[in-house]
Amino acid sequence: MKNLIKSTLALLSIILIFGSCGKGEKQSDGLLASNAAEKVYVKPGELDEYYAFVSGGFSGQLSVYGLPSGRLFKVIPVFSVDPEKAWGFNEETKPMLNTSHGFIPWDDSHHPDISQTAGELDGRWIFINGNNTPRIAKIDLTTFETTEIIEIPNSAGNHSSSFVTENTEYVVAGTRFSVPVPQKDMPIKEYKGNFKGALSFISVEPKHGKMNLEFQILMPGFNYDLAHPGRGASHGWFFYTTYNTEEANSLLEVNASQNNVDYIAAINWKKAEEYVKAGKGKKMPTNYAHNVYDENTHTATSTMKKEVLVLDPAELPGLVYFLPTPKSPHGCDVDPSGEYIVGSGKLSANVTVHSFSKMLKAIENKKFSGTAYNIPILKAEEVLAGVVEQAGLGPLHTEFDDKGNAYTTFFITSEVVKWKLKTWEVVDRKPAYYSVGHLMIPGGNSRKPTGKYLLAMNKITKDRYLPTGPEVTQSAQLFDISGEKMELLLDFPTIGEPHYAAGIHKDVIMKNSKKYFDLKNNKHEFVAKSEAETKVVRKGKDVHVYMTAIRSHFAPDNIEGIKVGDRVFFHVTNLEQDYDVPHGFAIIGANNSELLIMPGQTETLVWEPKQVGIWPFYCSDFCSALHQEMQGYVRVSPANSTIKLSWSLGE
Amino acid sequence: MKLNLIAIVVSITILASCGNSEKKNQDEKLANESEIKVYDNPLDDKGIGPVSSLTLPTEINQELAAKGKEIFILKCSACHKETQRFIGPAPLGIFERRSPEWIMNMILNPEEMVQKNDIAKKLLAEYIAPMANQNLTEEEARAVVEYFRTIK
Repeated sequence: MKNLIKSTLALLSIILIFGSCGKGEKQSDGLLASNAAEKVYVKPGELDEYYAFVSGGFSGQLSVYGLPSGRLFKVIPVFSVDPEKAWGFNEETKPMLNTSHGFIPWDDSHHPDISQTAGELDGRWIFINGNNTPRIAKIDLTTFETTEIIEIPNSAGNHSSSFVTENTEYVVAGTRFSVPVPQKDMPIKEYKGNFKGALSFISVEPKHGKMNLEFQILMPGFNYDLAHPGRGASHGWFFYTTYNTEEANSLLEVNASQNNVDYIAAINWKKAEEYVKAGKGKKMPTNYAHNVYDENTHTATSTMKKEVLVLDPAELPGLVYFLPTPKSPHGCDVDPSGEYIVGSGKLSANVTVHSFSKMLKAIENKKFSGTAYNIPILKAEEVLAGVVEQAGLGPLHTEFDDKGNAYTTFFITSEVVKWKLKTWEVVDRKPAYYSVGHLMIPGGNSRKPTGKYLLAMNKITKDRYLPTGPEVTQSAQLFDISGEKMELLLDFPTIGEPHYAAGIHKDVIMKNSKKYFDLKNNKHEFVAKSEAETKVVRKGKDVHVYMTAIRSHFAPDNIEGIKVGDRVFFHVTNLEQDYDVPHGFAIIGANNSELLIMPGQTETLVWEPKQVGIWPFYCSDFCSALHQEMQGYVRVSPANSTIKLSWSLGE
Repeated sequence: MKLNLIAIVVSITILASCGNSEKKNQDEKLANESEIKVYDNPLDDKGIGPVSSLTLPTEINQELAAKGKEIFILKCSACHKETQRFIGPAPLGIFERRSPEWIMNMILNPEEMVQKNDIAKKLLAEYIAPMANQNLTEEEARAVVEYFRTIK
């Protein structure tokens, strides 16, 4: 009987094997209506078609996924410390997290945006904003490392950031919270009319990408929520949604929803440049950090800047106009042609679309309904292009495809709605699970969107994944948008809360991806470019170890003469000159983290031994068959010891 | 019991035939790999890589050798000492053991060499630590070879 069962099983396995032998064509006309699994399946050894850079939200980082598979490749540390990569723990990167408030180990990262040339994604850098302690970071897409962070003065809740103009002339930031500018001690209740909202224009030097805060526009004390640049015809303008035009300072849930309309602020930044040139800006004393990481010294420096140039739109005509937009608009998105500016009133059922060409005409003909703090408010009917009627509840964000369609997320009704530009008709809707916030189409906020995939980023997942206690994962969902109807393909979990993402075809990025750092160009102050240069130097209580790592030993690997109370700086240079051979460095009792050193790079870990003894260190990144042999010892003697400093390898 | 066995055999056969050219290619690859050439005189073994022919002039180019020494210190000395065994073998007397082409290919193409070249495979078995690819250019490798000629 047992045998019979066994042979039946065996036969069954034959049938199964036969079944699995077929190719996909058979499936699609038969058993399954959808071949979603096949569309997201990337065979082992094959590559995804797109990179997706998904913001980490309250993790403060930026994660890199592949599309369509949803596989996680890397978490790039940006605003939060990361012991895995020693970000904020080694001596080289500590200055990157410096601010006017001191060292800040965490932030809330929101809106990544890839640099553009002529309105198309060029894949050189990606920018992302730190929301809590206002900052903009630049990540180099050859190394996938954060190489510059600039703090934004006069700002608080850096939310309407970081979006680039179509030649990356500027990466633009805006404040969510208005605050006294300059900051001062005053009653909160005197907010109205006294607080200001700063919009910041940070230039990006075209060759090396160096950022500089060129000027700020000091706007009325509203909340500046989101922003997007004009493109094509509207290049030279920037659009911001506002809410709390009531200027409430408490219970905003009620008090900031009193007005039926708030505004989209249209900023003419070319005009701003003219005013700056004409000397109309005012230099204002301030204090903010500008942190730059140098790829050759492998070291960051932090500089405090003491001045900022501000422009007052109340005094400078033609700089800013207000476009009335219903119900506390959130998303502010510009279509690929640059003609349509989409404002999503988050308490509305409709999506309001403004026309750029009508806006210019209305400005020319002075079709104003009034002013707010001396800034002209354009007549709503004069700038309106159309309304997507009753599309859903709680519209938030819109992206575009290559076929003249727009896709808007609806938070309250938890769906993605596809509609047509110019006719404003809804053509499809698909539920998202659950409470979708942002969405992303690769190139979807550029002149050249793609039309294959849409990524929806969701706030709530409840029953979609195995439960993991009270805190469950947040998630992204991939839709196929190549057809008339959208098709849900895949759920995948994300790191932190995904606020927005940026996607780009692999071919733009891959070819520029760095494989290792050239040791010859290593200009680190404490580099040892060969074992001949390794040494240990004492300067008072500071001891500098010039150490090298190669498969699979450290040089030196025996050190004596360290004393309790010393500060030991391990400057470890990875001598490898090959792809994918990092080395780690970890030492018992380190109060910071490990080091993870890329080939050709030098990193420094500070170690303050507190106990007498012989303490080991080792390579923490599996590097070769002899990785377990990659280790060494430090002898720590009492503070008053006379043991001489010595070091060796292989003796 | 017999029937069971037959069924398993059949299913294995199907599995094998079910596959595709990929599997066959892999088999061919394996077959090729097993054809590792063994030379009676190691100096006839030119190794596998970009360098198929290299004749060293009688005179040592001291300038080139000096350049080679710099490169050797920067990229090789963590594992090789000139005159004694370290992580890897010493270059002292290498021209009595290896052809110039073999040395060049071992520097430029170590990953393939330790898989497919008889001498390199045996060296890996002896030293355990695989030769690292330090991404030298052909000119840099040539300079290192010239430096090796000066080691006594």
